[in-house]
Amino acid sequence: MKRKYKITVDCANCAAKMENAVKKLEGVTDASISFLGQKLMIEASEERFDSLMKEVVRTCKRVEPDCEIEL
Amino acid sequence: MNRKQKLTLARILTAAVLAVAVHFSPLEGWGRLAAYLVPYFLIGYDVLRQAALGIWHREIFDENFLMAIATVGALALGQVEEGVEVMLFYQVGELFQSYAVGKSRRSIAALMDIRPDAANVERDGGILVLDPDEVQPGDVIVVRPGERVPLDGTVIEGVSSLNTGALTGESLPRDAAPGDEVISGCINLSGVLRVRVTKPFEESTVSRILELVENSSLKKSRAENFITRFARYYTPAVCAGAALLAVVPPLFLGDWSVWVSRALTFLVISCPCALVISIPLSFFGGIGGASRAGILVKGGNYLEALASAKTVVFDKTGTLTKGVFSVTAVAPASGWQPGELLELAALAESYSNHPISRSLREAAGGQLSLSRAADAQELAGNGVVAQVDGKEVAAGNARLMEKLGIPFTENSRPGTVVYVAVERRFAGSIVISDELKPTSASAVRGLQAQGVRTVLLTGDNDAAAHAAGEALGIDEVHSGLLPTDKVERMEQLLAQKPPKSTLAFAGDGINDAPVLSRADIGIAMGAMGSDAAIEAADIVLMDDDPRKISLAMRIARKCLRIVRENIVFALGVKGVCLLLGALGAAGMQAAIFADVGVMVLAVLNAIRTLRVPREPARPQAGALPENA
Repeated sequence: MKRKYKITVDCANCAAKMENAVKKLEGVTDASISFLGQKLMIEASEERFDSLMKEVVRTCKRVEPDCEIEL
Repeated sequence: MNRKQKLTLARILTAAVLAVAVHFSPLEGWGRLAAYLVPYFLIGYDVLRQAALGIWHREIFDENFLMAIATVGALALGQVEEGVEVMLFYQVGELFQSYAVGKSRRSIAALMDIRPDAANVERDGGILVLDPDEVQPGDVIVVRPGERVPLDGTVIEGVSSLNTGALTGESLPRDAAPGDEVISGCINLSGVLRVRVTKPFEESTVSRILELVENSSLKKSRAENFITRFARYYTPAVCAGAALLAVVPPLFLGDWSVWVSRALTFLVISCPCALVISIPLSFFGGIGGASRAGILVKGGNYLEALASAKTVVFDKTGTLTKGVFSVTAVAPASGWQPGELLELAALAESYSNHPISRSLREAAGGQLSLSRAADAQELAGNGVVAQVDGKEVAAGNARLMEKLGIPFTENSRPGTVVYVAVERRFAGSIVISDELKPTSASAVRGLQAQGVRTVLLTGDNDAAAHAAGEALGIDEVHSGLLPTDKVERMEQLLAQKPPKSTLAFAGDGINDAPVLSRADIGIAMGAMGSDAAIEAADIVLMDDDPRKISLAMRIARKCLRIVRENIVFALGVKGVCLLLGALGAAGMQAAIFADVGVMVLAVLNAIRTLRVPREPARPQAGALPENA
C-alpha cells in the first residue's frame, strides 16, 4: 500500500537522510521524501501500516527533531 | 517570510549588535569571553540543542553537529570572536536558504495554480456556492465568464470560448457549445455555461494534473541520488580529514592551536547543503517551467532521461497526423459504381468504431440502415467480413484479400487502402488518408537540429508511410506494422540506439500503451482529459502539438546543464577552500562565506530552470544567438 503525507522539514540534507533511514525500517518496501514538495511517500504492507507509521515518525524525529509529519 | 524566519532574523540582528558592542567594549580576559557568550548562545542555542540531540540519537555528521564542534572548538582555542562570527554567518546562510527555497517553491507552485476555489451548483432552483470537492457527478454547475471551470463535465446550455492556457500553454481559445466536453482548469471567457458534472473533483483533470506535478519531485533523478550518496561519504571524509589535520601535522611541527583551527575550518566546509538543495531545486524548476508550457513531466528522472535522448520514435496516426480520416479516392473494379462500393464497405464496417469505419460511413453519406449488415467478423489487423443484404462482403487491407485468396488490383496511392470484395470477387478499392498536422514538419526539424534521429512507426502501407515520411523529412520509416509488430520493432530500435543515449516514443496513448511503456521515455500527446494516456506515459503533452517534444527536450537539456554547472561549481569551490584551509590561507570566515556564497549562487542558478527556453532563432541579420 502506498500513501503520501505532508511533512515539514527545513533542510534538504536532513530530508535525504530521513529518506534513507525510513527506507531501512523493517516492513517498508519503498520510501521517498521530497524536500521541495514537502511530501513523504511510504510504501509498505497493509496490515501493520499504522504502527509502522509511528515508527516512521520516530525515525524522522531522530534525524531532525524539528520535523513534523501530518498523519 | 514566515514566523520562524522572522524570529531568526531578529536573533541575527540582535546578536550582531551585541557582538559589535562587545568588540568595542573595554572588557578584558574572562569578562570579555563571558560577554561574547551572550550573543553566541542567542544566535546558536538551537544549533547546539540539535547537535546535542543528534549525538544522543547517534546521528552525528549533520550540519548542526559540525557547526557546534567548529564554534565550540574556536571558543576553546580562545578565538571567541571567530566562534560568534561563524555561528552568525551560518545562521544568515540558513535564513537565506530557507527564504530562497521557500520563495522558489512558491513561485513554482504559483505556476501551477489552476486549482479552482469554488463551484456554483444548481440546487433546488437556486445556486449554491460549494467547495469543488463537495460536488457530485450529475450535478449541474454554472460557470460565468472569467471563472475557472471547477470540474470536468458536459455543456448542457450556453455557448462560450474557453482559455486552456493554464493546461496547455496554448493561448488560442477553444469553443464550447452544448454537447461538448469541458475540462476543469480552463477559464471561461465569454458566455455563461451550464455544465453537467461527469467526474468528482479528485478525478477531474485539474486534480490529476496537480497531483502529478506535486508528486514529480518524489521520483528522483540519478543526479539527485548521486548527490545524496556523495553527501553520505563527503561529510565523514572531510571530518576525518579534519581530525587528521588537527593531530598529525602538530605531532611533527608543533603549534597545536594553528592546526586545530585549520581543522575547524575543514568542518565548516564539509556541509554539503549547496549541492543537496540546488539539484532537486533545478529539477523542480524545470518541471514547473515545463508544466506551464503544457508539458507534464512525471519526475526528475524522466527529465534527465529526455536530456540524453538521441532517438525519437513517432507513432503516425494522431501524433503527426490529425487522426481524422477521410476518403480521398474510390477506385471501383469494372461493373461497380463508386457510390455502391462505398455503401457496401461502410455497411460491412458499420459495427466497428475504428476511425476508418467512421470515415467510410461519412463518405457514404445519407442514413445507412444498420439492419442491412449482419454477422460481422473482425479479423484483427486485416479487416472485416460481414453479410450485407445477404451477400458476403469483405473489406480490409491487401493481407485480407490474400488470406481469402481473392485476386485484386493493387492500389498504390498514399493512404490506407481498403479493398472490397463481394461474394469473393474483387469489387474495388477505397483510399482513406489522414492529414498531417501543420506543425509536424517543424517538430521533426526541431528534433533533428538537436541531433536526434527521428523514426516513424505506422500500420499504413509503404506508399502512404513513405509519402508522409518524405513530407516530414523523417529519417527512418517502418511501415505496415501490426500493433504487436510495433513492440518488436521498438525492441530493435532500443538495441540500435547509441550507447548511453535514450529513446523516446511519442504516441497518442490510445492504442500504443505497450510501446509507450517499453520505450525509455513514453510521451503521450493530446492527453487533455484522457486518463489512460496520463497513466501510461512518463511525459504528457496536454495539447497535440508535436513541436512540444523538442521544446521538452530543450527544457530538459537546459535543466541538466544547470545541474552539472552546480555540481562542478559547488565541488570546485569546496575543493579549493579545503586546500586553502589546510594551508592556512583561508580562515573560518572565508570558509563560511564560501559555503553560504556557493549555496546562494547555486540556488539562483537553479531558479533559471523556471524560464522556458525559446525556439532557437534562425540565423538572420540582427538575430542574436540565444545563450541562456
